[in-house]
Amino acid sequence: MSRLGRRFAALAGAGRKALNTYIVAGDPAPEVTVPAMHALVRGGADLIELGVPFSDPEAEGPTIQAGIERALAHHVTLADVLDMMSAFRKADQDTPVVLMGYLNPFLRMGYEAFCTRAADAGVDGVIVVNLPPEEAVTLRDSLRVQGMDLVLLVAPTTTPERAAYIAEQGSGFLYYVSYKGVTGARHADATAVAARLTGIRAAARGLPVLVGFGIKDGASAAGIAPHADGVVVGSALVDTMGSTAVAEIPHCLQAQVREIRDALD
Amino acid sequence: MPRSNRVPYEAPTQDGRFGEYGGRFVAETLIHALDELTRLYASVSGDPDFKAALAQELKDYVGRPTPLYRADRLTEHAGGARIYLKREDLNHTGAHKINNTVGQAMLAVRMGKTRLIAETGAGQHGVATATVAARLGLECRVYMGSEDIARQSINVYRMKLLGAEVVPVTAGSRTLKDAMNEAMRDWVTNVDNTHYIIGSVAGPHPYPMLVRDFQAVIGAEARVQCLDAEGRLPDLLVACVGGGSNAMGLFHPFVDDDGVDIVGVEAGGEGLATGRHAAPLNAGTPGVLHGSHTYLMDDSSGQIVETHSISAGLDYPGVGPEHAYWKDLGRATYASVTDGEALSAFRILNQTEGIMPALESSHAVAWTLREAARRPPQDIILVNLSGRGDKDIHTVAGIDGIEV
Repeated sequence: MSRLGRRFAALAGAGRKALNTYIVAGDPAPEVTVPAMHALVRGGADLIELGVPFSDPEAEGPTIQAGIERALAHHVTLADVLDMMSAFRKADQDTPVVLMGYLNPFLRMGYEAFCTRAADAGVDGVIVVNLPPEEAVTLRDSLRVQGMDLVLLVAPTTTPERAAYIAEQGSGFLYYVSYKGVTGARHADATAVAARLTGIRAAARGLPVLVGFGIKDGASAAGIAPHADGVVVGSALVDTMGSTAVAEIPHCLQAQVREIRDALD
Repeated sequence: MPRSNRVPYEAPTQDGRFGEYGGRFVAETLIHALDELTRLYASVSGDPDFKAALAQELKDYVGRPTPLYRADRLTEHAGGARIYLKREDLNHTGAHKINNTVGQAMLAVRMGKTRLIAETGAGQHGVATATVAARLGLECRVYMGSEDIARQSINVYRMKLLGAEVVPVTAGSRTLKDAMNEAMRDWVTNVDNTHYIIGSVAGPHPYPMLVRDFQAVIGAEARVQCLDAEGRLPDLLVACVGGGSNAMGLFHPFVDDDGVDIVGVEAGGEGLATGRHAAPLNAGTPGVLHGSHTYLMDDSSGQIVETHSISAGLDYPGVGPEHAYWKDLGRATYASVTDGEALSAFRILNQTEGIMPALESSHAVAWTLREAARRPPQDIILVNLSGRGDKDIHTVAGIDGIEV
């Protein structure tokens, strides 16, 4: 079983919700990332989504855009992100890590080369924001050969038939985007999410469904979690990365994640 | 191959592919809106009522057909082939952009959308969108890079006079690509009531197809006008290529005319060798940006690089996917001219013909001057004069050290 599969099975066995945490690789500086990842885990994160910086992040709100710009100021590349992953894996063999980004850097490296290097580095899956399932077959198959997952997204505008198709095409987990908009723009509406998730979980046929966008603290996480298999927190953590002295980042991240973890449990 | 046996050109495929290019690389939230637009466009593109309404609008509001003008003094200056100018600068609002915005606004109304958004570089597409929004009583917001706002202040004020809100974009290179990112972000947020009028043959399917189709009126008219004037088709078509909508609009109706050569002219900026240019078809590689797979300018790690052109409308790192396809097919070739050559052509056209071209269009004129000199007088070159240059007076005056 994959690291993601084992983690979700363990969570389900314990009756716990998954806490997935997003930061941008290289934000605010490359040397911060690996210690920050370990801090997320110490705070109680079950999964890490590691953002791959891209010059034109068209689905991100201002907070994550700023995080990406901080990373790009250090010219952080996809190859650098894979090096950070290898470094993280030296001390953590258990926490699943999924890379999240935009297609062009993956295309530029080449799917085959990327998948080989990512598997070596201990990456468990990939989320590509601007790669809908119709365009994703080649990458998905290359990932699959290396035992990695292509995690796909479902949006509030996705029709029920299409949600079933997406669930069938993806693996690892299904990422439900809680509202129409960019990351960090507003609060997730628990009532609206609950109304959609019943159908989506049925369509997912056992694939775990995580909800992201608009979840920023323990209260919002606890409001959404009962309707899903877990939540994703991103902008709130990236905000901390940008507003905290570098030496304080691991400590602050850990406390922030712990607050959300406690609210979920 | 004998013409009669040739398979007529047909692209894109159902899933929006021009060969390996095009497609639909967007966030999941937008797929539904793209599906809706694709379905609506399929239903109206064969609808005689829609076609008639569009034709009426182009005639009465836009002022079509635009003339095909034989530029004798320009021809004489170049000293070779006969040069004709397709006068898209004479359209309402001063550029070809309105051909597309009129069509897309009609689609928006049919979809029940009450709000239009657009990205703009030189401001011509923004003005054309603000114009149709005013005409139809729709809300309008235009995203524009802050660098472009500085160099195209007249068009910014025009948009405001038309009742549009102009939002400066300060991210990234502060030009057209960043404006497009911000427009995508708006669309993903307000997709229920908003139609995004993409201004070029770029973006996710169906935009490259539908913008091309709305702009193809340029080539369809030019074809008939050239036959009327000369009794034959031109030998060569020339147009500038940023995203490539004026070019594809002129070129597409000639795609199956094998005797007609086609050249798109990209912005060479300070020269291809300097790296400071906006010529992805000349010096880029295939990749994915803004919804489609096409040639673009990126670095070895896949980051989009900053482009440079004197002309804001060409200052874009990508290009419409159909141009990428035609480059690979060899149906068109893509050249480039520098900022300096474009400026020189701007002045020459002013002084030989009394026509002030946009700096974008000046790129096509500049390359034509070079090429015409190499061809015999019986050859015919048809150039798309995609827009007028009033908006660029500040830029040119600044270069001359004059404050206006």
